[in-house]
Amino acid sequence: MDTKYKLDYLDQLESESIHIFREVAGQFERPALLFSGGKDSITLVHLALKAFKPGKFPFPLIHIDTGHNFPEVIKYRDALAEQIGEKLIVRKVEDTIKRQGLKEQNGKFASRNALQTYTLLETIEEFELDCCIGGARRDEEKARAKERIFSVRDDFGQWDPKLQRPELWNLYNGKINKGENVRAFPISNWTELDIWNYIKREKIELPSIYFTHNREVIHIQNQLLATNEFVKIEADDKITFENVRYRTVGDMTCTAAVASEAHSIDDIINEISASKTSERGETRIDDRISEAAMEDRKKLGYF
Amino acid sequence: MDILRFITAGNVDDGKSTLIGRLLYDSKSILIDQIEAIEKASKFKDNGVLDLALITDGLRAEREQGITIDVAYKYFSTPKRKFIIADAPGHIQYTRNMITGASNSQLIILLVDARTGITEQTKRHTFIASLLKIPKIVVAVNKLDLVNFDESIYKSIENEFKELNKKLNLNEVTFIPISALNGDNIVDASENMSWYKGPTLLDFLETVNIQENENLEASRLPIQYIIRPQTTELHDYRGYAGKITSGIFKKGDKIKIYPSEIEATISSIEVNLKEVDEAFAPQSAVIQLNKDIDISRGDLIVNLDKQPKFTNELEVQVCWMHQKALQIGSKYLIQNQTNRVKAVVKSIEYLVDINTFEKQFETSEVQLNQIAKIKLKTATPIAYDIFSELQAQGGIIFIDETSNVTVGAGILD
Repeated sequence: MDTKYKLDYLDQLESESIHIFREVAGQFERPALLFSGGKDSITLVHLALKAFKPGKFPFPLIHIDTGHNFPEVIKYRDALAEQIGEKLIVRKVEDTIKRQGLKEQNGKFASRNALQTYTLLETIEEFELDCCIGGARRDEEKARAKERIFSVRDDFGQWDPKLQRPELWNLYNGKINKGENVRAFPISNWTELDIWNYIKREKIELPSIYFTHNREVIHIQNQLLATNEFVKIEADDKITFENVRYRTVGDMTCTAAVASEAHSIDDIINEISASKTSERGETRIDDRISEAAMEDRKKLGYF
Repeated sequence: MDILRFITAGNVDDGKSTLIGRLLYDSKSILIDQIEAIEKASKFKDNGVLDLALITDGLRAEREQGITIDVAYKYFSTPKRKFIIADAPGHIQYTRNMITGASNSQLIILLVDARTGITEQTKRHTFIASLLKIPKIVVAVNKLDLVNFDESIYKSIENEFKELNKKLNLNEVTFIPISALNGDNIVDASENMSWYKGPTLLDFLETVNIQENENLEASRLPIQYIIRPQTTELHDYRGYAGKITSGIFKKGDKIKIYPSEIEATISSIEVNLKEVDEAFAPQSAVIQLNKDIDISRGDLIVNLDKQPKFTNELEVQVCWMHQKALQIGSKYLIQNQTNRVKAVVKSIEYLVDINTFEKQFETSEVQLNQIAKIKLKTATPIAYDIFSELQAQGGIIFIDETSNVTVGAGILD
């Protein structure tokens, strides 16, 4: 067959993702794109532009703001929404905590990661969202490896891994009952390296913390955590300045930096290709709690 | 570089998860923290040996029961190719999950335990592979270490499978003797089986040709979404957006739209926000036409040379996926690409016995995990292609209108 009509793997993945975006747009009344400011959700926005331009997005961007974000990421988020001219809705975990009288974690690395789910579910109710688009990838984590592209959640946002709908070919069934919602994952089949190769090819801009910079960090069990107002520093903490970058972007309280001299996307791609640890394993303190930490959080309504 | 999507099918006892673990481990696609997690978990098991199967079993219930319940997708790459593995369950009650994984696969690895040979499960999976027209089949005869790497045992399984295949006519079957546990013929050629001269499993996966199934004669664009910016400068812009499932569309081509059967000419094609002269499968594209026609989601744009079938009477091979059986008179919503229509079951022609592949006539319902030939009548005619000619346009799903659940999958004949 004529090689002229063959697609490179990144083009194949891109087309698959655009197809999923347009299925969401075609099947749901009130979808939203959950935007965290990380590379995966930035890639999602880029793919959405390709799916819907010159029209507007048929959904707003929603950021569930834990209040523990990196300031560089918040700055990037606002600039991006402005630049593409799409609607950005921010809902704060802080407000949910006050409203619902939730108890925050105590201790050194008190994280709001688990509380995010409450705000997400509140936001889904507030806007009567029937579909939330997320940037989860199946290569990230073993519970995610099991999830469908269209993942149906019940009234309480819960995922039941034993009752997943069959999902054949590229036929997505987004029909739901009142109260249910769907989580749609357009980049399910992308790997971390695919994302970086795509960012490079498409020249997508990223928040500065993805690249090397000098930062004050606390050393904790072989991980480097940025010192910040949310982490209680104690006398025997080892604190130094290091050249680091972030491999994933999450909360400042539970996302570790990696020692790195990577100044460019090419440097990052080289670094990841040579890396012997997975991105969540290297940088997410929240996943290390138990063998089924992610599965448990998903069952409660997390992404 | 291209991507090969493949599925592994077999029981946990056939060493399926171990095989995947071995592929990932030997191709250095498992990372340290993942190995540490497996080591930690392996310690709690009887023998303490690094249990590679734990790489793929992602759910708590699966680890507890030592079985695979749902498909897990795994990703790895070599310098030659990228791979997406659908690790599918073997148990009959999870057949629908296996079919989910099989539907997007270009190749299936059927694992057969050298000690037990071909089982009912192998037959069921082989039948599904033939039904879904998976282009390439690998029969991996595993655990040869447990039969002293005996060539005659391997050969007898190969012959038995070939006999079985006479009833199914799978086109390309490749046999490979392996030991997943020890890594024989997975990545490196086995020193224990000098009688085997073929490729190792990874060699085969890296080099097998997977481009043959494309159809350039029939051009098909199912409409997903209509882009209408409604701004002053783009006041008249109406872009029909979708993923081309087959063939090529060129600017200036005459096309036909179903179900309206109106003809028009392509005035512009955009791919990735750039105007292009032509677009082809599997690109996602936006097409504009030379005249203003009423087109909506679910419509199908086709080329004039190769028209689809267009009727409201369908012959379907159905895999049933729900406890509530399909019966004559049952009504469903069926989805063919982006098109959804109501349909009623007019008749059940026969059930297929998946062990003997024989037809069983005189049946009144199709139960969970059964495969049958049925006739459907749709509320309005649909434009489709026969699955054996054009897979992307010949598959349907059945949606229950009260629960909204996907209850079955169908192949249009």
